[in-house]
Amino acid sequence: MTKIEEIAKGVLAGNRRSIARAITIIENNTPEAQKLISLIYSHIGKAHIIGLTGPSGSGKSTLIEKIVREYRRRGKTVGVVAVDPTSPFTGGAFLGDRIRMQELSTDEGVFIRSMATRNYPGGIAKATKDAAKILDAAGKDIVIVETVGAGQSEVEIIKVAQTVVVIHAPGLGDEIQAIKAGLMEIADIFVINKADRENADKAVMDIQAILQLNNKEKTWETPILKTVALTGEGVPQLVEKLEEHRQFLKKEIEHKKSLLKAEAELIEAIKEKAATSIIEELRKEGKFEELLHQIQENEIDPASAAEKLLRGKFKKVVSNA
Amino acid sequence: MQGTRKIRVLIAKPGLDSHDRGAKVVARALRDAGMEVIYTGLRQTPEQIAETALQEDVDVIGLSILSGAHKALFPRIMKLLKQKGLTDVMVFAGGIIPEEDIPELKKLGIKGIFGPGTPTETIIQFMLENVPERT
Repeated sequence: MTKIEEIAKGVLAGNRRSIARAITIIENNTPEAQKLISLIYSHIGKAHIIGLTGPSGSGKSTLIEKIVREYRRRGKTVGVVAVDPTSPFTGGAFLGDRIRMQELSTDEGVFIRSMATRNYPGGIAKATKDAAKILDAAGKDIVIVETVGAGQSEVEIIKVAQTVVVIHAPGLGDEIQAIKAGLMEIADIFVINKADRENADKAVMDIQAILQLNNKEKTWETPILKTVALTGEGVPQLVEKLEEHRQFLKKEIEHKKSLLKAEAELIEAIKEKAATSIIEELRKEGKFEELLHQIQENEIDPASAAEKLLRGKFKKVVSNA
Repeated sequence: MQGTRKIRVLIAKPGLDSHDRGAKVVARALRDAGMEVIYTGLRQTPEQIAETALQEDVDVIGLSILSGAHKALFPRIMKLLKQKGLTDVMVFAGGIIPEEDIPELKKLGIKGIFGPGTPTETIIQFMLENVPERT
């Protein structure tokens, strides 16, 4: 058995060291990463993957700790992937989400992993998704992915999670209205944490107003829940809602959506491999250098140059699908 | 697509002391040197530290302790790491550790001990030279 086969076997048996090693392989995106995923792929699909996102200061990690405890009370096992940003200048990261969850680290039914965004070309979505798949294959009933609350990535989380929870808290400085539109649209459940604060009810009303404006043909009505993560108030109700959403997902209509999702994933994978192989070949041709200079001199635009190169290889060149 | 390997470091505070300014200074320096730093927070048990190191698959563990309990806690931590199969992790320590205790700690397998005032560059250099190779 090769090392990768051993690790895959360990993951499927729920061995924590194997799980940890497997996630590292995914993070480092070594050539074996793909082999690893292919070895566990037929075992995924049982876990409920929940994404939780929101601005810093909203109490995400504290809330997750309470959510995990509630699931544990119900006899479920949980994996948590906590994502923090990599510094674009130094390439390093301070991963501190775990601090609030440390009491759970010795619970055998809980596995917590901190991941840095690492400025992956495609965003953190792919690596985080694969890490969630590993926890799924390892037998975790629930996988919670926590992401940073600023920028593009919290909208990317929809590619990772089946249920998206957006969390906010009153008095954070940024107005509720400033929440990115994309975030409002992807939320399956909205949570106002620190609901013991004065303006919590106003925050709920503000969210309600925006959600009503966004009212497309939605089969699932996004609820707004109030929690106080520090005391655990509102958490059992939140977990009930999560379970409700899970049941909703199992219905046929969502099955169709996941087929579309699979198509999108396949196309993405094809694009990635095709692009790399084709570009490599085209570089070797003399015309490539020539066209580079022409682009530099503004004699031709890049899209036309690309078409010239590709026409030599393909009968028909289509533009962006 | 090329892979990216990063050095993952666990900065842990075993025992009951509540002073983590030094630990945070080191954590930030390591981050600025391009490493991924997981910080446990205060008052960690040896079990919590060893299990965290396992789940996070770290390359290095830095133990920060100012309470004088290193002689009680460090052997337990090293034993747990061994039990969990984490024999290829480099462990270093910092804080208030008397010089006469250092040989004993080194015998436990702790590779470096850095007292207060050690320049962060020294620690970074040490780590880059001693971080174990991963296959």
